[in-house]
Amino acid sequence: MSTLGSARVPLEGSVANSIPVVSATMTAPRHSALVRVTHWITTVCFFALLVSGAEIVISHPRFYWGETGNVLTTPLFKIPVPSSRALVPTGYGYVLPDQNGWSRALHFQSAWIAVLTGLLYVMWGLVTGHFRKGLLPAKGDLSRRGISTVIANHLRFKRPSDEEAWSYNVLQRITYLFVIFILFPLVIWTGLAMSPAFVSAFPATVTLLGGRQTARTLHFFITLALTLFLLVHVGLVALAGFRSRMRAMITGQNGTHKEGV
Amino acid sequence: MSPLSRRKLIYTGLAAAAGVSGLGVAASLAHKYGLVPPDHGGLYGLGETLTYASQRLLTRHSFAREFSRSEISERPLANETAPLSEPFKRLQAGGFADWRLTVDGMVDRPASFSIDQLKSYPSRSQITELSCEEGWTYIAEWIGVPLSHVLNLVGTQPQARYVVYFSIEPDWWESIDMADAMHPQTFLTYGMNGDVLPVGNGGPLRLRLPRQLGYKSVKFITHLTVTDSMKKFGKGLGSASPEGGYAWYAGI
Repeated sequence: MSTLGSARVPLEGSVANSIPVVSATMTAPRHSALVRVTHWITTVCFFALLVSGAEIVISHPRFYWGETGNVLTTPLFKIPVPSSRALVPTGYGYVLPDQNGWSRALHFQSAWIAVLTGLLYVMWGLVTGHFRKGLLPAKGDLSRRGISTVIANHLRFKRPSDEEAWSYNVLQRITYLFVIFILFPLVIWTGLAMSPAFVSAFPATVTLLGGRQTARTLHFFITLALTLFLLVHVGLVALAGFRSRMRAMITGQNGTHKEGV
Repeated sequence: MSPLSRRKLIYTGLAAAAGVSGLGVAASLAHKYGLVPPDHGGLYGLGETLTYASQRLLTRHSFAREFSRSEISERPLANETAPLSEPFKRLQAGGFADWRLTVDGMVDRPASFSIDQLKSYPSRSQITELSCEEGWTYIAEWIGVPLSHVLNLVGTQPQARYVVYFSIEPDWWESIDMADAMHPQTFLTYGMNGDVLPVGNGGPLRLRLPRQLGYKSVKFITHLTVTDSMKKFGKGLGSASPEGGYAWYAGI
């Protein structure tokens, strides 16, 4: 780690710095088996949570701030879609079929699997130094120049060099850390804050947020943020070379030869 | 097959066997301590069981949040219900004077109670939130007699594991385990916000348990049965909710 760290000078950003990593780990997989397996379990769970969550929202597509909220109170905002319940005045002349049963069951089961997978990943990452070595940006990279170089490359839609396939640039590192250690914990927290039984044991879960409806609204916005991350993530993977990046995350193999698109 | 891969195979087999028997031990322990919900089968049984088991361990003695009088919702939302049945309307015409709650099953002294009788027992009130699975909520003062008081009157037998409760309306029934049934905040509710419980909110009698979602608080209760197994009730999944695809345990 110290050699890797000391090699990180701010001049050329992470591109130059990742070269020693390449030579050192040429035979090792780009992503370890644990990263690959937890990545895809999380992917499946996220889609299940997103679809079932959307279905649950449709039964009451109104959002509130504070502790309580219902059709007799003023919403913070409404989503202009038909509802699956006749109770909600949507302005549409029809009510969608109720699919909340399986949606809720799928939502909570996926949440359990995602949380347990996440715990395994975080514990593994802390023990092996994965976060420190693979995701924590080097001090030099955090300089304005280091970051602006990466941003400029992104804005020019410049495809990353082969060497970059072995490491993450500073923007990737910050984004992944933000998703793993801020957005995921927040979405779990706001989700638990909506559980009447859980908050009976841990009332601060919801009182710190300012109420159950606030928790529900925040849960919705954090989901939007995670979905935005997903779209940008998939878009940038496509830009960087969809086949090679997918191969790296599925098999662990990182073909450094030039890819025919 | 090389010796190395054979050794690997043996180790993998041993690990799998240990894993399976570990799961077996966990399952029998979970059954013994009442951590397996009646709707534990099927595609989503894993999630339902994990939620129920973990919350049973965490929340057995915890209390739903209670609010101040100033936080009571201006208008307690009366959720949509199916049109009321003839039997309900007849009792309603008589001012619910003939409404009866019968209690039977694994009890020493099966009994039947009028609303006035229930009101003669020590009255309790709680200002708690009703959370609907759809996402909306309201806060109200709920007035009634704790279910535990009535269960103690009839004397539940030691093998009792669930209390099943039925609405006068057809196909509307739920059940809860004894931890929820004996919980001090589980009420046979007959009043709301200092008045009688309106029909729209479940009057004249609603079983109210604030640590689970609103659909577990069944309206228009006429019948309680204490049992040691849910197999004999409906499809054996614990209540009408799982038969319609919803979780039996709704603490989330």
